[in-house]
Amino acid sequence: MNNIREITFAEALVEAMREEMKRDKNVFLIGEDIGNWGGVFGATKGLLEEFGGERVLDTPISESAIVGASIGASLIGMKPIAEIMYIDFITIAMDQIVNHAAKLRYMSGGQLKVPIVIRTQGGAGRNSASQHSQSMEAWFINVPGLIVVMPSNSYDAKGLLKTAIRNNDPVIFIEHKMLYRSKGHVPEEEYLIPFGKADIKKSGDDITVISISRMVDMVLKASEGLCKEGIEVEVIDPRTLVPLDEETIINSVKKTGKCVIVHEAPKTGGVGAEIASRIMEKAFDYLDAPVIRIAGLDVPIPYEKSLEDFVCPDEERIIQEIKNLCK
Amino acid sequence: MLLKMYELMYMIRRFEEISLELAMQNLISGRIHSAIGQEAVAVGVCTALDRNDYILSTHRGQGHALAKGTEPERIFAEIMGKANGLAKGKGGVMHLCDLEHGFLTTTGIVGSNIPIAAGVGLAIKMKKKKDVVVCFFGDGAVNTGAFHEGINLASLWNLPVLFVCENNQYAQSTLSKSSTMLSELSARAKGYNIKGETVDGNDVISVYKSVREHMKEIRGGKGPFLLEAVTYRIRGHFEGDSCSYRSKEEVEGWKRKCPVLKLKENLLKKINKVELTGIENMVEDRLREAKDSALNSGYPPREIITEDVYSNL
Repeated sequence: MNNIREITFAEALVEAMREEMKRDKNVFLIGEDIGNWGGVFGATKGLLEEFGGERVLDTPISESAIVGASIGASLIGMKPIAEIMYIDFITIAMDQIVNHAAKLRYMSGGQLKVPIVIRTQGGAGRNSASQHSQSMEAWFINVPGLIVVMPSNSYDAKGLLKTAIRNNDPVIFIEHKMLYRSKGHVPEEEYLIPFGKADIKKSGDDITVISISRMVDMVLKASEGLCKEGIEVEVIDPRTLVPLDEETIINSVKKTGKCVIVHEAPKTGGVGAEIASRIMEKAFDYLDAPVIRIAGLDVPIPYEKSLEDFVCPDEERIIQEIKNLCK
Repeated sequence: MLLKMYELMYMIRRFEEISLELAMQNLISGRIHSAIGQEAVAVGVCTALDRNDYILSTHRGQGHALAKGTEPERIFAEIMGKANGLAKGKGGVMHLCDLEHGFLTTTGIVGSNIPIAAGVGLAIKMKKKKDVVVCFFGDGAVNTGAFHEGINLASLWNLPVLFVCENNQYAQSTLSKSSTMLSELSARAKGYNIKGETVDGNDVISVYKSVREHMKEIRGGKGPFLLEAVTYRIRGHFEGDSCSYRSKEEVEGWKRKCPVLKLKENLLKKINKVELTGIENMVEDRLREAKDSALNSGYPPREIITEDVYSNL
């Protein structure tokens, strides 16, 4: 073991893009403030210097054109990585994503492909209020044709982004703003992480907890506390929501008989509802208790810190809900 | 070249008319968006293009595809929902795609092909190719946000895009004049520091000349060009539209400016009628063959519903 290298989530993303840009000359970056500034969260830092302005394109504030131009370029062989600075701004580009990126392959009977990656960033935690803190992953899982990726640590971020870049379908790659500075183990040597392969972050026999993005770390911390109280939690991170690794989830629920889903997005119509339904359909007879969702409250994200914190699931809430279920 | 133009215009007109007949017989289930009256724009522009150039078009795009070289049987089959259609019957009337002829896509979301065209132009530039991408849209598109974002980007990066605004006077039922204070839509070009021009869109020669004249600059990387071709949609927004928003006199007035007849009259000054009739008969045969081929083709099997959603998942 000579590779106990730790780098930040942002650095892992930069590495993934650097490696893929070196590997494939058709890969390029396009977005707001990604060149000179290096991305508002530093996720494209140094790439302009390394690859030049022809492959790292700073754009005007034109989200529809950023995604539209990415689609157009991809139709004739380029592999764009678009950055939408905040997922909240992706609303401006929804027509391009939903009506075009997701459907051009289908509507053309397979003649076209749209190999684009849309990197974007969401979530609460920086007191950025209602228009800069949302978790919108559920919007995209409801659009067939899109792949939806949500990494929870540096290692997954790098391996999944490399897979996303090589993939031939449009990928919505959602990063969490509170993860960019977090450090994690990333080996020097190259690796890729396949889509549709959940990661069991911790094994346990008493309850299955499925969580995504920033919530994974919170659940892992909560599970340490629960362990002391004799509750062994199995922590599953699906990593990609589309495709979803149903098999790993169902097998775990069959083993534990209990399941909690944790996400930051509002509870209503969230990813948790979809996962819970699938468990009900495929593992109902194995359940000893209802599937519980621990999610963001159904309100816009408020500005003030304690209010914002209260809206999102936290360690204490996760521990409490799991204890209630395991009584 | 004029004869070739006439052949194409006549083919588009007759293709559209036959489509309407097929729709009347319930052989086309989607709603046809006929471009009868607008043939000179498609043909004037496409005649000035090279084989490898690209096109993005709209829900009213049959004529553009034919002018770029798509075989009529493949469009007939697609709009009838047949398995051997361009998109195996999955795209239909509003979503034609013929990659082989550089006919990338047509969109049913007004204006949204403009940023995509900028992206195609960007890829051409990045690959250091000399191709051009043409983006057709209607007068309704010039008031969308996508128009602004897309043209601004194409201008900013000097992308090889020819923007063609086919002003057929109506965005569905709304008059172009009641949507913008501009009388000439090509004036929008000034706001992006690019060149623009308004031409008679019912005169195929005017359209062709304008495109030809500016093509060298577009191809040479001097940036995009905005052409407004003023024309008229003789049929409704879609087939079955009552057209209550306009007078019969107005429609009849434009019918007298028919672009196909205009070219025909022009040609008859130079060549004899027999030659033109020969071309017309050839087109009729070609289209009959195409129609029959599509009619005799099978519908797609259900298995294809789940194909082409993703590449390899």
